[in-house]
Amino acid sequence: MEGVPLYGYILLSALMFAIGTAGVIIKRNPIIIFMCIELMLNAANLSFLAFAKYHTAPLATTALEKWNVHMTGQMAVVFVMAVAAAEVAVGLGIIMAIFRMRHGVDIDEMSAMRG
Amino acid sequence: MLETLAATEPAQGDSVWWALLRIAIMLGFVLAIVPGLIWWERRLLSWFQDRIGPNRVGPFGLLQPIADGVKLFFKEDITPATVDRLLYFLAPAIALFPAFAIWATIPWGPDARLTPIADVDVAILYILAISSLGVYGLFLGGWASNNKYSLLGGLRSAAQMVSYELAMGVALACVILATGSLRLTEVVSMQFEPLWGVVPWMQNWFILTPWGFVAGVIFLITMVAETNRAPFDLPEAESELISGFHTEYSSMKFAVFFMGEYATMLAFSSIFAAVFLGGWSPLPLNWEYLALRANDAGIPWLAGGLTFIGGPIAAPIWMVGKMFGGITFYVWLRATLPRLRYDQLMNLGWKYLLPVAALNFVVVAIWMQFGWFALLGALVVLFLLYVNIVVFLARGRRDGDDEMLTLVNPQAHTEKTIEVSRS
Amino acid sequence: MSLGVVVFLVMAIVIVLSAWGVVVARNPVRSALSLVINFFTLALLYFGMHIDLLGISQILVYTGLIMMLFLFCILLLNLGAPDTLFEQSLFKRSVAWFIGGVLVLAVASQVIGPLAVADAGPSAPQGFGEAGSVGKALFTGWVYAFEIASVLLLVGIVGSILLAKRRD
Repeated sequence: MEGVPLYGYILLSALMFAIGTAGVIIKRNPIIIFMCIELMLNAANLSFLAFAKYHTAPLATTALEKWNVHMTGQMAVVFVMAVAAAEVAVGLGIIMAIFRMRHGVDIDEMSAMRG
Repeated sequence: MLETLAATEPAQGDSVWWALLRIAIMLGFVLAIVPGLIWWERRLLSWFQDRIGPNRVGPFGLLQPIADGVKLFFKEDITPATVDRLLYFLAPAIALFPAFAIWATIPWGPDARLTPIADVDVAILYILAISSLGVYGLFLGGWASNNKYSLLGGLRSAAQMVSYELAMGVALACVILATGSLRLTEVVSMQFEPLWGVVPWMQNWFILTPWGFVAGVIFLITMVAETNRAPFDLPEAESELISGFHTEYSSMKFAVFFMGEYATMLAFSSIFAAVFLGGWSPLPLNWEYLALRANDAGIPWLAGGLTFIGGPIAAPIWMVGKMFGGITFYVWLRATLPRLRYDQLMNLGWKYLLPVAALNFVVVAIWMQFGWFALLGALVVLFLLYVNIVVFLARGRRDGDDEMLTLVNPQAHTEKTIEVSRS
Repeated sequence: MSLGVVVFLVMAIVIVLSAWGVVVARNPVRSALSLVINFFTLALLYFGMHIDLLGISQILVYTGLIMMLFLFCILLLNLGAPDTLFEQSLFKRSVAWFIGGVLVLAVASQVIGPLAVADAGPSAPQGFGEAGSVGKALFTGWVYAFEIASVLLLVGIVGSILLAKRRD
């Protein structure tokens, strides 16, 4: 996609992030809140990749340094994906455990850890 | 997406028209061959069961699938009252999409202008990714039908496909490690090298290497599970779930599910052929080398014939032949093996296939580093696979006898032993 | 407008609408499907940026596995039934959209000006998103982070098994 400016990607990412934030605040179903968090993570991924593609690396001098600057954004995304996978496995496990214990999934009523 | 695909293509045949031609060839072949597959499955299945099978419509019953299609087309299209309408309509389409999209990176022959549609450098990952999308159609069909049996079928298909996807991924990772490339065309051309690097007149088909054999067997099992075919057809187990996720589907919507299943089977057969069975070479013989030797021996017609067999014109024929071999294997399994129980299915996937595949991955690494020395390791893995399968089958048989329940009848003062199977 | 910009705009609209759908859909299954569309379109966007490996990983990891887990949990807990939670608090909703709007405006005001001035187009060299280059980077400069991530995944597996195990 030639001719798309960098701020196009960043604005798209900001919109996704904002919608995710709003979802986390509005929703009461923990699974949907979880999905909104995934949405926010993906917004971050998008901006990482956009910067990885567009970064001009003014401080890098050698070719290897310049190359590494472009790789850094992609590496961040790889690790975000790994963390998201681990997070989903554990998070959904917790939600299932809570559901089994309490037979309800309203997040506003989950206050068992409050003294 | 087209832009990327075009950018990563070889320069030859790099125009929109060639791309459209490639897509047309592929789509035309798949659409034309699926009815043939249904006929072949019905005939073969009936031979297995000592029947004749459909032989009334057309010569050898060849037109039977068309008659079936016409019948399905003119049947009443029932939409149950309580379904989620949007998803109920979308589910068959979603099921069909990956069945066709998966063909995009499968090569059929050496001519880069005609095949594959896109020679991307992530082809194997693409196949894994697209085949993992296949579960959505089944799952949504099951959920949108608003029917307990359908829902159970959908849940089962989700659990099954996610479980077997892992073992399949690791089995393919062995091949990736050995070839050092994610391109399917390179995976195929790597198999045209001399066998094990030492036998010049044979080709190095991965199924002939020790680690490749293990990976191939695992891939074969997982590909049957991924396509929800017998003995892994739990999502549509007719003796338990009526017909599982497509219970509420009728007429053309059912036919679309059906077609997607057959197209996926064919796609997986061709992937197996490309990754493990040497792609478009009919036998693991080094055709160029043999032709050269025939020339040296002064038999030019033999040399010409050998060159033709290994050449680009005959290539798609061998590929299609291998696909039919794969389909025949599917039918053979269906006719031979009883359906697995749900816990057996999960045990097989997680406790047997996945660890063996992971171990095999280590063996490939050793093979890459030390060559022949790895044969020992590969033999150990083969032995483990064998023991695993034997233990698995024995467990399946023993499970019923394990639990004896002793009921004492106080009046008669006799003990009765009743076998209770865990179900 | 060039073809690239048009393609980008179409994808961006699909992405924003499907993200919106995640939040406004009443039914959790519809929400999850909306998110699947969102992730899939994002993957197409990555392909458009010539970041092939991460685009494929996006489909494989997010739409193939993570969203499947979500859908599986939703159906297992039977949250797809019509009598699920209604989101009724109008006050909370307006506060949430206000915060979201402020967030977008804040980012936009800081980003558009400087980036529009400094924009020199994509600077990445050829093939920086290919499997080979990403793999090489992963196993040279980022190998410690890679190992730590693998330990994290292992801990995640053990943790989720412990959580899911039924204690009788």
